[in-house]
Amino acid sequence: MGADFVQFSLTPILIGSLAAIACALPGNFLLLRRQALIGDAISHVVLPGIVVAFLVTGTLAAVPMLLGAAAAAIVAVVLIEAIKRLGRIEPGAAMGVSFTFLFALGVLILEQTDTSSVHIDVEHALMGNLESLIWFRAEGWGSLFDPAALAALPEELIRLAVVALILSLLTWLFWRPLKISTFDEGFARGLGLPVGLIGFGLVVTAAVAAVAAFDAVGSIIVIAMFICPPAAARLMTNDLATQVGWSIVFAVLSAVLGYVLAGYGPLWLGASNAVSAAGMIAAVSGVILALACLFGPCRARVGVGAG
Amino acid sequence: MTSLFDALLLQSGYNAALVAIGAALLGFAGGAAGTFLFLRKRALVSDAMAHATLPGVGLAFILMVALGGDGRSLPILLAGSAVTAILGLLAVDWIVRHTRLPEDAAIGAVLSVFFGIGVVLLTVVQTMSAGRQAGLEDFLLGATAGMLFADAMTIATGGGLAVLAVWLLRRPMTLVAFDAEYAASLGLDTRRIDLAIMALVMAVTVVGLKIVGLVMIVALLIIPPVIARFWTDRSGRMIWGAGLAGGLSGYLGAAISASAQDLPTGPIIVLVASALFFLSLLLAPVRGVLAALIRHLRFQARVHRRQGLLAIARGEPIHDPLTLRVLRREGLIRPDGVATDAGRGVAAKIARDERRWDIAREVHQDAGLTGRYDGLTPIEEVFTSDEIALFDRHLGAPRPVRG
Repeated sequence: MGADFVQFSLTPILIGSLAAIACALPGNFLLLRRQALIGDAISHVVLPGIVVAFLVTGTLAAVPMLLGAAAAAIVAVVLIEAIKRLGRIEPGAAMGVSFTFLFALGVLILEQTDTSSVHIDVEHALMGNLESLIWFRAEGWGSLFDPAALAALPEELIRLAVVALILSLLTWLFWRPLKISTFDEGFARGLGLPVGLIGFGLVVTAAVAAVAAFDAVGSIIVIAMFICPPAAARLMTNDLATQVGWSIVFAVLSAVLGYVLAGYGPLWLGASNAVSAAGMIAAVSGVILALACLFGPCRARVGVGAG
Repeated sequence: MTSLFDALLLQSGYNAALVAIGAALLGFAGGAAGTFLFLRKRALVSDAMAHATLPGVGLAFILMVALGGDGRSLPILLAGSAVTAILGLLAVDWIVRHTRLPEDAAIGAVLSVFFGIGVVLLTVVQTMSAGRQAGLEDFLLGATAGMLFADAMTIATGGGLAVLAVWLLRRPMTLVAFDAEYAASLGLDTRRIDLAIMALVMAVTVVGLKIVGLVMIVALLIIPPVIARFWTDRSGRMIWGAGLAGGLSGYLGAAISASAQDLPTGPIIVLVASALFFLSLLLAPVRGVLAALIRHLRFQARVHRRQGLLAIARGEPIHDPLTLRVLRREGLIRPDGVATDAGRGVAAKIARDERRWDIAREVHQDAGLTGRYDGLTPIEEVFTSDEIALFDRHLGAPRPVRG
């Protein structure tokens, strides 16, 4: 736990955890609203978003990438809604049509343009590059108090910290309307709450979280964190606040354990190379969900005996 | 252009032709099998299965290398992917049956976790002493460039077998997809047929991995049935329509991709299917957007025509420009807005029908008939001429409309 750890592992673990929290928070509400797969769809359409943003601006700077990805996410949500309404197609199929179409478009544009000189490719988009987000200037735990070293923190860390903070604030501010409209839409409408707006706001917030996290950790973690920690938390409790709490615990646990297992696990087993941290974080979240499915105190449906 | 025609006519090389035929068969099987999934409202289960193939590919490779092979045998890689795809499907079913999590959450969880494990295995493969790039990344997005003859043959054969299976199982699968309880009451084992549907979906997914890739293979299972749904309400036609749409997408996509550089097969196939989808969304005869628009405009015109004629009958002025346009087009009013003889005649008839309806509601006890009053259905379509004559006796003689 010395200088090496601070330099090479601290920031990826923090980034992974923040990304996990940012995705798990809206994930709780999406899960309860039966919209869990929105996260899946959004993380697929981020690819065309960043490719088009790159073509338009010619840079790989963070802001245009994020704007492009966010725009693509909104296009996807609107497209899904349009197909559902215009064609009277069931939501799952509408989602499948939209995200495969946009993803294929992204891959085609990527292949058509000369992006080989720059670092965007599909595998990077899927898997992220968590391992490379090291804190180059750090020389030990003391660097945490060194302004010069702190200024050289990976920008993804700052960005995700801000996004996670904003999402926590939003969740806290809109807690009551979110809760009411999630559990009883009719009642929420009766109270005069803008139910449609709340739903759309939730999806947009989720898209922001997905886009911010995606850049650093890849779409696998994004999808896994949208769904697995909230799903596991759902099996632990019947209270929404407790569920959100559990989901954050599970998200951070997956990120930390996953990163450590990916980085150090193979060494313990005698292999010489680390494996994909993003993949391992998703795998650990899956193990947590599996344990919750087997032993969670509230795992069974109401009216069905546990077992 | 000539290279495209060459490719379309299967003239651009033996492998390209084989890939095009394979993609067409695969698209056909995918569309037909996807129809059963679509009707069962489980379209996205296939996405979980597709992503769950990745760890199987990695494991099969590692196993082959461990046993001393070079790890490149396509049939074995595909067999490995099939095993984990089934595990993924079983995991989704188990979660839905044994916990209170909804199906979409189960799908998302299985999809991301299996895919994550697959990525971990891929990084293991990359660092293995076998050392070489195994080309397993091709399974993510599909790659037909440089495909071996044996691989193309495997895909074409697999596609053909899947089509055959769809044809053999079409009747029981339609029954179950449509009305599982009725099928059960006929003595069919619905659980087994459900499994057969899933096996078929798995076969299409696995065979398609090399061409379309696991991220986009679901397009071949989801988009064609959606296309077919626009054109027909009959399940039989939908199966073959979806097969046709899928086959066309596969064939056209593979041919277009073979005709030029930098046109990856998987995305092109998906984009061709998407194009067919958007065309259907726009142009389909009953469910399409254009048809709905025309229907709406016609309805609007009928309402305006009637309101205008009632106004004429009551001697009220008409101000609405659309109403004026509709009446003018039929020659019911003159350009200056005054009713023509024909217009006054039709107006008198409409006004009289309106009074007949009033009488009908008084003398006729059958609410099922009088309830059909919507202001647009001609009274002759609801009541017999005898009944209308009865109403007329209450009404007295027709009254003319003054111009």
